[in-house]
Amino acid sequence: MSDKTSGYLDMELLRFTTAGSVDDGKSTLIGRLLYDSKAIFEDQMEAIEISSQKRGDEEVDLALLTDGLRAEREQGITIDVAYRYFATPKRKFIIADTPGHIQYTRNMVTGASTANAALILVDSRNGVIEQTLRHSYIANLLQIPHIIVCINKMDLVDYSEETYNKIKEDYKKVAEKLNIEDVRFIPISAKFGDNVVDASENMDWYQGATLLNLLETIEIVDDRNHQDARFPVQYVIRPQSDEYHDYRGYAGRVASGVFRPGDKVKVLPSGLETTVKSIDTFDGELDMAFPPQSVTLNLADDIDVSRGDMIVSAENAPKVEQEVEAMICWMNERAMMPRGKYTIKHTSNEARCMVRDVKFKVNVNTLEEVTDDKQVGLNDIACITFKSAKPLFVDSYKENRITGSFIMIDEGTNETVAAGMIL
Amino acid sequence: MKEYNINHLRELEAESIFVIREVAAQFENPVMLFSGGKDSIVMFHLARKAFAPAKVPFALMHIDTGHNFPETIQFRDELMDETGTRLIVRYVQDSIDQGKVVEETGFDASRNKLQTVTLLDGIEDLQVDCAMGGGRRDEEKARAKERFFSHRDEFGQWDPKNQRPELWNLFNGKKHMGEHFRVFPISNWTEMDVWQYIYLENIKIPNIYFSHERDVFVRNGNLLSVSDFIPMRDTETVEKRIVRFRTIGDATCTGAVESEANSLEDIIEEVAASRTTERGTRHDDKRSEAAMEDRKKEGYF
Repeated sequence: MSDKTSGYLDMELLRFTTAGSVDDGKSTLIGRLLYDSKAIFEDQMEAIEISSQKRGDEEVDLALLTDGLRAEREQGITIDVAYRYFATPKRKFIIADTPGHIQYTRNMVTGASTANAALILVDSRNGVIEQTLRHSYIANLLQIPHIIVCINKMDLVDYSEETYNKIKEDYKKVAEKLNIEDVRFIPISAKFGDNVVDASENMDWYQGATLLNLLETIEIVDDRNHQDARFPVQYVIRPQSDEYHDYRGYAGRVASGVFRPGDKVKVLPSGLETTVKSIDTFDGELDMAFPPQSVTLNLADDIDVSRGDMIVSAENAPKVEQEVEAMICWMNERAMMPRGKYTIKHTSNEARCMVRDVKFKVNVNTLEEVTDDKQVGLNDIACITFKSAKPLFVDSYKENRITGSFIMIDEGTNETVAAGMIL
Repeated sequence: MKEYNINHLRELEAESIFVIREVAAQFENPVMLFSGGKDSIVMFHLARKAFAPAKVPFALMHIDTGHNFPETIQFRDELMDETGTRLIVRYVQDSIDQGKVVEETGFDASRNKLQTVTLLDGIEDLQVDCAMGGGRRDEEKARAKERFFSHRDEFGQWDPKNQRPELWNLFNGKKHMGEHFRVFPISNWTEMDVWQYIYLENIKIPNIYFSHERDVFVRNGNLLSVSDFIPMRDTETVEKRIVRFRTIGDATCTGAVESEANSLEDIIEEVAASRTTERGTRHDDKRSEAAMEDRKKEGYF
């Protein structure tokens, strides 16, 4: 194989989300990343040039690249989460591009749920504003491990170092308040490309990495939980063939921790203990399995295991609970019913639940806890307790983004109405 | 911790396998749509990996426009034999004969849009509750907004402005009677990922993806293959060129590209250097800016 081909086989995947208010230049930044990293093709460029001309714009509007639906182009807004892809020789990137309007908190939560990093855009003319606070709160609520604050439109403040430093100091106070651990700052101009892919010639006072460089080098492997072995059983494999007559394999994706053949494990909810006999795949047995691998576990003893069960370390098990306290983001136009019944989807497990109490709601603009309003509606973030009809095997979301998360489903409409993070 | 590193292809593979297993667990009668193109070949390969050592626990379904490249059909049949997989074929010609659709006329006539009716009829007749497709979000701007688990109403329609939020890897496949889901296991793959993976896994693909000599003619900048299905204008002339296909769809709307690439390494380097998207060779997307969105709303793949 040629060097060129082998290079492509050795890239890491980084997922990031972008947050900014309507005029912060978010779409332009994404357009710039795609354009300067040569992920935009001639026919796409041609198509947006024609669209820009039709609308009478003077310059090609890079935002049109990300606005895919007819209504979005007509109204010049982004409605839904859009996914964009580009790659450099080091990494492949997936961008969850989410709209910045206040009514679309749910979209940002959606985009943030799988992200390794969040780009938070700040307009250098406006500095840290209410929306910046809101976006940072959500990024932190969803435990995105790395926050990159892009101080944009530096061209409009004469590339002023003083302005940059002021915004940086203001944001650090926000980060402290929210307990955000990893935050980095970059002064950019998405419109002209300064510090996006190429280092800026207008800001020689900034010695740090460009945005792309940072995205290429942030360490992400250790963001995954390799401590607590958790394997939600997704599907039971029982071949109907003579060769594999007695085979029973438990298929799933490692949520966290590491599994090795010979490991002592416990199956929840039965609590029965056994050992991992082998880790099977189409390509043969593995000597270990770690997140986010999809494998099949073969257990030493013949015990009853089915979808919704969880295979965990015998020494370190999650909590088995029916009373759960969690932060939720409500995502549906129909408000949450007090003491309402919903279906919970948690890993491969499903259970009916009843909402017990709304402890408080969060005012995402001031971060205040509101206790005198129990009505939880669209885009509200609240702390609730619920009781489930059967035990759930949970870790706190802070410890484990997979076994600590759930969705709530309306039993009448089947819609996903809330996203939850277990406390 | 270096030992827990995983490259992008293995991570995408793990995600797709998870999605395919989720379909098998959540639905009673799913099918996997199969066209014989590289994306559906990769998706099927992932399905085999998901359930090994058992066989894939659902059938494949091919919506046959009748306008095929013969190499694709031969490839499909050999693959089904080799893997012992059940294949359902539904023919657009049957929908035409039953009077359910009217064939387009004229030089640019295509059966591409008619496939939607044949597909939805197939889903209804066979009581399919989930159809997996090889659609990718990088292909086209309306597809960029698509979910992994995409809900369809009782008319098979997609409502892009009212999609269910999809978080973490918690997929909600709940539905009412008569509704169904489209699931796209390789949503997050790009064209490049697909080729790299074919190379990494040494997956067999139809030979028309590789460079060969072919009788073609030029229409709207595309190189179309000379065949009985496509009437040629008087001004269009047949030429012999060295070409390959970047995508394989209905023969009437899939253009070839001039290429000398006759190995997977060559193709990967060609894709890396390419300045146009693969759907640039697809005539069907050029009908209007929202051509894909409109077709998808009606129930297209």
